[in-house]
Amino acid sequence: MSHAAPAATAHYTSMGLDSRKMGFWAFIGSECLLFGSLISTYLVYQGRSVSGPTPSEILNIPVTSISTFDLLMSSLWMVLALAAVQRGDMKWAKVWLLGVAIGGAIFIGFQIYEFSSFVREGLTLQANLFGCTFFILTGTHGAHVTVGVLWMLTLWYRAMRGKLGPEHAMTVEIAGLYWHFVDVVWIVIFTLVYLLHK
Amino acid sequence: MQETHAAEHPHPTAATYIRVAVILTILTVIEVGVFYVPVFHPVLAPVLLSLSAVKFAIVVMFYMHLKMDSRFFTLLFGGPLLLAAVVMLGLLFLFGVFAFEH
Repeated sequence: MSHAAPAATAHYTSMGLDSRKMGFWAFIGSECLLFGSLISTYLVYQGRSVSGPTPSEILNIPVTSISTFDLLMSSLWMVLALAAVQRGDMKWAKVWLLGVAIGGAIFIGFQIYEFSSFVREGLTLQANLFGCTFFILTGTHGAHVTVGVLWMLTLWYRAMRGKLGPEHAMTVEIAGLYWHFVDVVWIVIFTLVYLLHK
Repeated sequence: MQETHAAEHPHPTAATYIRVAVILTILTVIEVGVFYVPVFHPVLAPVLLSLSAVKFAIVVMFYMHLKMDSRFFTLLFGGPLLLAAVVMLGLLFLFGVFAFEH
């Protein structure tokens, strides 16, 4: 057999939980604190910039709504990829995994477009408090999406080479946990930064 | 592997995942719609925060499988999430974000 047997890689705790999944949930917990601190910083300094551009002058809600919908759909494709891997349907698993990667790449494309148009309009990291906190918060999220895209492409490449099968469902599930976490963080950012701006 | 573990439960079906996606899409459309309708502006913050919280919970429960997984994973996630929320509210109070404007 070319793959590592699951029994050789899966370690279960005394509670009967997969240790990799438990470790990853602990990591996601730590990520909550990271994004909590960045969102807090953004909110604390919201409306305290002494010069423009301000959020109401510069934020493009229609464009960001489309990228939000794209990220939401990529979460659906992620769970469909996991379901396909679990039932051994590797043809559809490859399709959905590539879909997630493309969905994430499109989101990053929207973010690059948004950032570059903001810079052209005078909003930079140094411009004001809004620029500094906005770019750090959304940029950190974008970096997480980029890592997720690379992760999905790695899984897709393994699937294409026949090195990903139902015995690796936990590997895909953990990647999915990461992807969905990135999605829920964006749900919060979209509401607090884009829709509830001052 | 034939060994079974107490914390392993079946995940939702593809049909459930698609139904969840439809609900999330509808909630997102409502969020953006509420933003553009002036009559909702006095209650914009509570409405949008509620919708966002519902979307957050749906993704975590169904897509991240916390609804059917071990309660311990909920604790691992919910504990730091609660801590982050408390720290956030504390900072907002400390910096006077909730203070009334004169």
